[in-house]
Amino acid sequence: MVRMPEAVRSLRFRLVAGFGLIAVVSALGTGALTFREARTGVLQQSQDTVVNQFRDSVDALLPDVPSQPDRAQLGSLVFSLASTHRSQHWRVLATYRGVEAPSEAGDDFGELTAALRHSVETRSVAVFQRVHSGGASALVVGLPVVFADGTGSRADSGLALYLVVPQTTEQRYVSTLVSAVERAALPALGLAVLLALFVARGVLRPVRALRQATRRMADGHLDTRLSVHGSDELADLSAAFNETAVALERSVSELRRMEAQARRFVADVSHELRTPLAAMSAVTDVLDDEAVHLEHGTAEAVQLIGEETERLVRLVNDLMEISRFDAGAAELHLDEIDMAESVRRTLAARGWQDRVTVRLPPPGALRTPVDPRRFDVVVANLVGNALRHGAPPVTVTLTAHREPGAGDAAKAGAAGTAGAAGTAGFARAAGERSWVRLVVADSGPGIAPDALPHVFERFYKASSARTRSESSGLGLAITAENVRLHGGRIRAENGAAGGAVFTVDLPAGRGDGRG
Amino acid sequence: MSRVLLIEDDPAVRRGVEWALRHRGHDVAAAPTGEEGLTLLRSHRPDVVVLDLMLPGIPGLDVCRRIREHDQVPIIIVTARGDDIDVVVGLEAGADDYVVKPVRASVLEARMRAVLRRTAPDTEGRTRPRPRTYGDLAIDRAALVVTHRGEPVPLAPSELRLLLALSDAPGQVLSRQQLLEQVWEHSYHGDVRLVDACVKRLRGKLGGDSGHIETVRGFGYRFRAA
Repeated sequence: MVRMPEAVRSLRFRLVAGFGLIAVVSALGTGALTFREARTGVLQQSQDTVVNQFRDSVDALLPDVPSQPDRAQLGSLVFSLASTHRSQHWRVLATYRGVEAPSEAGDDFGELTAALRHSVETRSVAVFQRVHSGGASALVVGLPVVFADGTGSRADSGLALYLVVPQTTEQRYVSTLVSAVERAALPALGLAVLLALFVARGVLRPVRALRQATRRMADGHLDTRLSVHGSDELADLSAAFNETAVALERSVSELRRMEAQARRFVADVSHELRTPLAAMSAVTDVLDDEAVHLEHGTAEAVQLIGEETERLVRLVNDLMEISRFDAGAAELHLDEIDMAESVRRTLAARGWQDRVTVRLPPPGALRTPVDPRRFDVVVANLVGNALRHGAPPVTVTLTAHREPGAGDAAKAGAAGTAGAAGTAGFARAAGERSWVRLVVADSGPGIAPDALPHVFERFYKASSARTRSESSGLGLAITAENVRLHGGRIRAENGAAGGAVFTVDLPAGRGDGRG
Repeated sequence: MSRVLLIEDDPAVRRGVEWALRHRGHDVAAAPTGEEGLTLLRSHRPDVVVLDLMLPGIPGLDVCRRIREHDQVPIIIVTARGDDIDVVVGLEAGADDYVVKPVRASVLEARMRAVLRRTAPDTEGRTRPRPRTYGDLAIDRAALVVTHRGEPVPLAPSELRLLLALSDAPGQVLSRQQLLEQVWEHSYHGDVRLVDACVKRLRGKLGGDSGHIETVRGFGYRFRAA
């Protein structure tokens, strides 16, 4: 169904409106033409009839009228004319050289115009005119009496007769015609609307199917196909849609296949590298131990091999880890732990506790189910990154906060900093989510703005000068994957006072907060 | 100095680990297959077995189970990173600990030292404790013998150390992280599945007395004396 706000712009509305307009225009046009022709015909016929009757009656009575009639003779003429056509309500006026005799005494013949009289007196032919007065129409006929001898010459007698006939019958006939046209137009309009709706349904059904199919495609269901009925333009469109879908599905699956191949290649390479590395790694400790007994140059070479082997091991391990994320094989082993203790242990295990300023909640205050090993990786990677690329002081802050609704990232920033820091055992209100926030900030130069969107990409190097470092180049990518695996979020930005700030939000508690 | 049995199929890795451990003063016997490993187990009488799970012939997991059938020698399995399920199954098959390839000799040695430590660390240096009984269960902390209705219960080193650590503080909840550090000498962020798998094995061996070890959801484990 068409939704109301778009109703006016919808195809259905436009079709109905168009059909309605066509129906109205054609009904009115046909009606108007019919009306005009019919009206003209009716009036013409009634005029002719009246004029002929008038002329015949006059012809019949004229022989009894003297060539120079007086008022009384004129009066008896018009009376007999009017009385023979009483049923038609004839009113007759005879004029002869200034003498006027109406069929009814006191009748002033207001319908008679001067122009008509003039026309009758000068042109010596029968003249008629239709006159509307007071909502009624009447036919006025002027008939000059002319003598004709056998030779065809005519002589004006000076006698003129005027007839006024009310046209009520004709008027009624015409108004009936008008209302008939009106009555026909309304059902025609209704029929047109019905037809329009029917046609719109036929057109809109495939259009709606097409729209739904497009949405499904957009949602990632690339196997969506339309059934093609008939061979009209819409069927062509559906067929074209299907062809596009097939092509799209093919290229997407090809891309996916290639991507999967590339990922499998990385996983396989890492796997294959691991066995020789296992042998090398096993003996690096021996080499390190022996280096002190060797001469200087050899010792350095041996040390280099040991260090680079370790680097290679880290790289391969990180590649394997990334491959597991890509394959969806990374597992989350949740365990409810004291987050502050976890951060402290991560720093202590790497000897960083004196190089980092921590702001942690008191022991036992913040317990959250996380994967301890993965959380250790997150903290270690972020702090390690800050120590390597930033400048001291590096601060690690751990807080808890609540925010209304789920996934409202825009509000998260504001709610996070204002949220209650380190409060213990916060309750979960309806629709609220609890988060644990880890912020790692350094006081270095920060991250270049154009590099900010890419810091979590694999092997992304923020500056070309830093091509060699202890990290594999996968540290932040693995960190982001670990955060995502927890259902959390991570972002990198530059602090107001300079320096890079990494913020991690992890969902805290799954309803059963503290035991 | 310990007697080590190394079962590893890749010659280079086998030679590397063998040499590194020998260099650190251990007596190493190496086998390329599970079958040879099981034979050497009888002749070499190792203190600890280092077992690669990916073996030709008998799979590593089966080797692990076969050893456990009549021997409580400490077993450390070597897994490849990414083989998460192998770790769980390996631990449930009776392994005491695991390391991930590639591993440095010093890390492997630290693990070996941990599983070889004969007593729970917190009982060291105290006066000789007397055996204590908890219902049908008797734990002799000095002789490191656990009996159930007078019958000795054969426990692997990690199982024994876990039971000692828990029973040392009856009624007290110990978190998985605490147990990891205390029993396995792993870091705080180690793999807690070691603890869970070991508790499972321990409960299985204690049979009717398995109720002594309680799970405290979200916190860890507790030993119930009665």
